[in-house]
Amino acid sequence: MRRCDLIVLGAGPAGAEAALAASGAGLDVVLVEEAAAAGGQVWRAPAAASPPGLDPFPAEAEARAGAALRARLAASPVESWFGARAWSVIRPAEGGFRLDAAGPEGPLACAAPRLVAATGAVERVIPFPGWTLPGVIGLAAATVLLKAQGVLPGQRVVVAGCGPLLAAVAAKILAAGGEVVAVVDRAAPAEWLAASRALASRPRLLARGLGWALRIAGRRVPVHFAHAVRAAEGDEALRRLRIAPLDASGGFAPGGAERVLEADALCIGDGLVPGAEIPRLLRARLRFDRALGGWVPELDAEGRTSLPGLFAVGDGAGLRGQAPAVHAGRIAGLAAAQEAGRLDAAAFAAATAPERAALAGLAPFAAAMAGLMALRPGAVRDIAPETVICRCEDVTRGMLDAAFDEGAREVNQVKHFTRCGMGPCQGRSCGDVAAEIIAARLGGAREAAGFWTGRPPLRPVPLADLLGEFDYADIPIPAPAPL
Amino acid sequence: MSPRRIPGLARPAAVSFTFEGEALAAPAGEPLATALACAGHAALRASPAAGTPRGAFCFMGSCQECLVLVDGVPRQACLVPVRAGMAVWRVAL
Repeated sequence: MRRCDLIVLGAGPAGAEAALAASGAGLDVVLVEEAAAAGGQVWRAPAAASPPGLDPFPAEAEARAGAALRARLAASPVESWFGARAWSVIRPAEGGFRLDAAGPEGPLACAAPRLVAATGAVERVIPFPGWTLPGVIGLAAATVLLKAQGVLPGQRVVVAGCGPLLAAVAAKILAAGGEVVAVVDRAAPAEWLAASRALASRPRLLARGLGWALRIAGRRVPVHFAHAVRAAEGDEALRRLRIAPLDASGGFAPGGAERVLEADALCIGDGLVPGAEIPRLLRARLRFDRALGGWVPELDAEGRTSLPGLFAVGDGAGLRGQAPAVHAGRIAGLAAAQEAGRLDAAAFAAATAPERAALAGLAPFAAAMAGLMALRPGAVRDIAPETVICRCEDVTRGMLDAAFDEGAREVNQVKHFTRCGMGPCQGRSCGDVAAEIIAARLGGAREAAGFWTGRPPLRPVPLADLLGEFDYADIPIPAPAPL
Repeated sequence: MSPRRIPGLARPAAVSFTFEGEALAAPAGEPLATALACAGHAALRASPAAGTPRGAFCFMGSCQECLVLVDGVPRQACLVPVRAGMAVWRVAL
């Protein structure tokens, strides 16, 4: 068991910066990360064991920023556990936190008085018939293939969903010589216009977005605004899609004309959902905030949750994006150091002032982006009854409605009735949409539908990974009970 | 789904591995889910309840759709780098 001053779970922008800030203030920090390198999704490292030339977009600021972050971590005293899948976090009786992980060479465990959860977000996909077909992949998955692995997702690709990733993925496919059949955007042009004022607060990012749009327009790729995928078809893999126009609620417009698109790959993402799994597991207080992506922990200005010693930062604590995550991470790392007595109040105030100012300046852009990706209430209304919601257990929308009709009134009851969310992904793929469906039946309030109770293990872990090497002679045999 | 590697990028040397006994090759270190998709194997398993074909979906370790047996151990193909001599099989249910 490794004992340290601070555990940071997740080495994306928020977690890595929290670890570096705390370490810089003198704390002994263990940084636990499932991937093989730091950077998270936005600063993802190129595939393992590949030369630097693999990244097809080396000129992009993201690639340089990710490399710089990895270099700073490597040069710091932070102890990084890469390839470590955290499956348990508990609050032991003696206080603080204990984290257990399945590492590349066997079980790992660490304990500390404080823990920063920086577990990022998961992608939301609003289900439609056929979305389980091979060839349908996430929009974030497409960025992984394109940026970290140098792979085009298909021969004829449709890019669909909402938010800035749409244009980014379509433009990258075109730049790499691929074919984009169409871009299908849930947002209407008016929504992008409404967001443009806030987007202009970060001119470099706005310029990059316009560059993507120009590339898409220059190649005459059709962009279907206020449209969504209604169905995907194929036998063993995707062959074609049907798309249809949306109304102002985000649902399909009654009588709207369908279009058929022939494609062998669909990259689809309908926004992101905060992966607030550690606060949920440890029973910190959560609140539902549609603008921040869903259920998020209640936080103070320094990232403290309602549980002493537990901090939450980055997109897992509410969607704000990469740039705010950096500053929120540093503030939480410094706050942990101050709690541990390594920084006095004046030094803490001085060190965090520029971070707080930066956060405030980034807020309008972050809110506009999160707004474009927020779940539109009408979007789940028109999900057809035969549509699979829970991919792991093949639970359909009709089965969720039937459970409601039989008396299930919040998501844990629905889970018990139907097995929705009980499979190996543990509800990460379906939880937000399932709760939205139940909330709609309850009159609309997500608070009434609740959220799935957090339970260990956080990830499916083979028993063999947990047991490690042992001799039978080492197993303690309890004394027999007295007769 | 027919993903393909973007030409002209420097990649590690290809290594050989097998899927369902079929000999395949991919750059060393490439995630197994990507290598299988590039080799034309988009469908990796059938869903346990309805038996419908499934393949890699999130490519980042979250969705669990790309579960395969790697040298006899169940693994998410998107999190396993390709190594020479790896024997990969579908998960039998």
